[in-house]
Amino acid sequence: MPLILDVEKAYSDAKADPEFAKAVAYYFAQYVGRPSPLYFAERLTKQLGGAKIYLKREDLNHTGAHKVNNCIGQILLARRMGKGRIIAETGAGQHGVATATVCALFDIPCTIYMGSKDIERQAPNVYRMQMLGAEVKPVTVGSNSLKDAMNEAMRDWVANVEDTYYLIGTAAGPHPYPEMVRDFQCVIGNEVRDQIIQGEGRLPDTLVACIGGGSNALGLFHPFLDDADIRMIAVEAAGKGIETGLHAASLSAGRPGVLHGNRTYLLQDDDGQIKEAHSISAGLDYPGIGPEHSWLHDIGRAEYVSVTDDEAINAFKLLTKLEGIIPALESAHAIAHVIKLAPTLAKENIIVINLSGRGDKDLATVAAHSGEKLGGVL
Amino acid sequence: MSVKFETRIDETFRNLKAQGRAGFVAFITAGDPDLETSIQILKGLPQAGADVIELGMPFSDPMADGPAIQASSLRALNAGQTMIKTLGMVADFRVSNSTTPIVLMGYYNPIYSYGVEKFLNDAKKAGVDGLIIVDLPPEEEAELCLPALNVGINFIYLTAPTTTDERLPAVLRHASGFVYYVSITGITGTKKAAIGDIEKSLARIRAQSGLPIAVGFGISTPQDVADVAGVADGVVVGSALVKTIEAGLENDGKSGPNLVKDVLSLAGELAAGVRK
Repeated sequence: MPLILDVEKAYSDAKADPEFAKAVAYYFAQYVGRPSPLYFAERLTKQLGGAKIYLKREDLNHTGAHKVNNCIGQILLARRMGKGRIIAETGAGQHGVATATVCALFDIPCTIYMGSKDIERQAPNVYRMQMLGAEVKPVTVGSNSLKDAMNEAMRDWVANVEDTYYLIGTAAGPHPYPEMVRDFQCVIGNEVRDQIIQGEGRLPDTLVACIGGGSNALGLFHPFLDDADIRMIAVEAAGKGIETGLHAASLSAGRPGVLHGNRTYLLQDDDGQIKEAHSISAGLDYPGIGPEHSWLHDIGRAEYVSVTDDEAINAFKLLTKLEGIIPALESAHAIAHVIKLAPTLAKENIIVINLSGRGDKDLATVAAHSGEKLGGVL
Repeated sequence: MSVKFETRIDETFRNLKAQGRAGFVAFITAGDPDLETSIQILKGLPQAGADVIELGMPFSDPMADGPAIQASSLRALNAGQTMIKTLGMVADFRVSNSTTPIVLMGYYNPIYSYGVEKFLNDAKKAGVDGLIIVDLPPEEEAELCLPALNVGINFIYLTAPTTTDERLPAVLRHASGFVYYVSITGITGTKKAAIGDIEKSLARIRAQSGLPIAVGFGISTPQDVADVAGVADGVVVGSALVKTIEAGLENDGKSGPNLVKDVLSLAGELAAGVRK
């Protein structure tokens, strides 16, 4: 507990310090490459024949996903706190890569916990983290995936609390993490506000984002919460289908519980044991969801839907062919929902999809799913 | 705040004080490696020398536990352990033992899922004396601690080397039964603390609380037990006992013929440490 109270105190100090905000803004602009473009997906729009679709190109950030926004913020906080070692958990490896990247930048040793199942399916990201100087520790307990990596990171943290900072990658975990991660990700929605007003002269009608723990969705949604007319849709991973039990849809098919220091919707059995999440996308493979999403769900402010592995794969391929943009499988879930939604909406309706990451890391997974092999054409 | 009820925990520590020795607190996970074997171990522990029993409620995500207790939790769950069965074990134990305190130890979600009120009533009825819930800090006392005190179950708080003098009053405010001092910064069954450091921390806690203090995490041998018994009111051993359960399994993961005997004989050796 004291270690979390320390983070809370340090973060509220940092928030009140204009120098901290200045440093974050500097690295966002000069290192991450922000603002990321808000791109009008003309061919996708035409193909679907309904609402006008914009893509918020978080895939163009340095390291290829929105994860780096949060990592810049937290590494600057860890430096303020004088911590000499960073630990993190990762699922798809995007957060691990982003963490390893900022640790290289600031010359701080880091250890990344990653489920052995994820290490297998995300080999390029593992190698990337190692090149960046991180130690990648395979986690072989429980279901060998993201929640277990988070358990191991917490075990490490309590054992090495003196010098170690735990850089959590999503808007979940104990307070103040959900709030802090959201704050750093809000740059996404804040930029969208400015960009859409510049391009369209008005705010969008619909926001769509994929959701595992929920940081990219919250980053897009949060700056629009008070705009009551804007519809917000978060897309969970239905895996092989909700009815099969093999999914990661905590809000669509879970119930409230307590895990990793927060009360939220969880996938669990009748006895309160946490169930394994399943998704073809490692980054959505978490049995919980950030607590703020549970709240937005309960008050009805945001809608929570789900799409299957197959639908996500199809969306992945469609966006690649139509727009020349290879999305992360995580983000492909958001695209997949829009494929269903856009044709039902008027042409004047403006949808903004958070394209939270790029899909290079997923090529082997997509190929395997389609019964193909990388290099097979040669 | 002092509580207005007495449990077997209070009585046991009073008796121990009169005997001038520390208590031996044995931890096992309920249902490890299977319900029947686990009941045999539970029933044998007082005879082996356990003064207090901590019965782990298995959880899929035991964040504060090291590899030994993680594996033990998983064995119990794979063998079909549930909260109802865990409470049933306590009730079964109480048929023949009305004096040894039982403290349920674990994580909040299985209790939350069972329903707090129903859980507390069923636990009280089964003969549970105290609760140690690793992931409920004093900030969340309204969740389970205060309701537990209402039905007459002690809520035992964890303190650690990182718990400052400034934070202790918050931790101790509704503490009862005993205070659990986690002797290391880290997870169960990993490293070992120096006695001098433990002694200093206990003095800090005693300056603010009259409750007995049991020390756990990182204590595994009879000599460790004897050393800690010199400075604490209770000495907790868990990982070493569940490792012996693991060692007593057959190749197919089923309980072997010597498992119960081996666990209880280790408990006996450890318990001798508090009786030197």
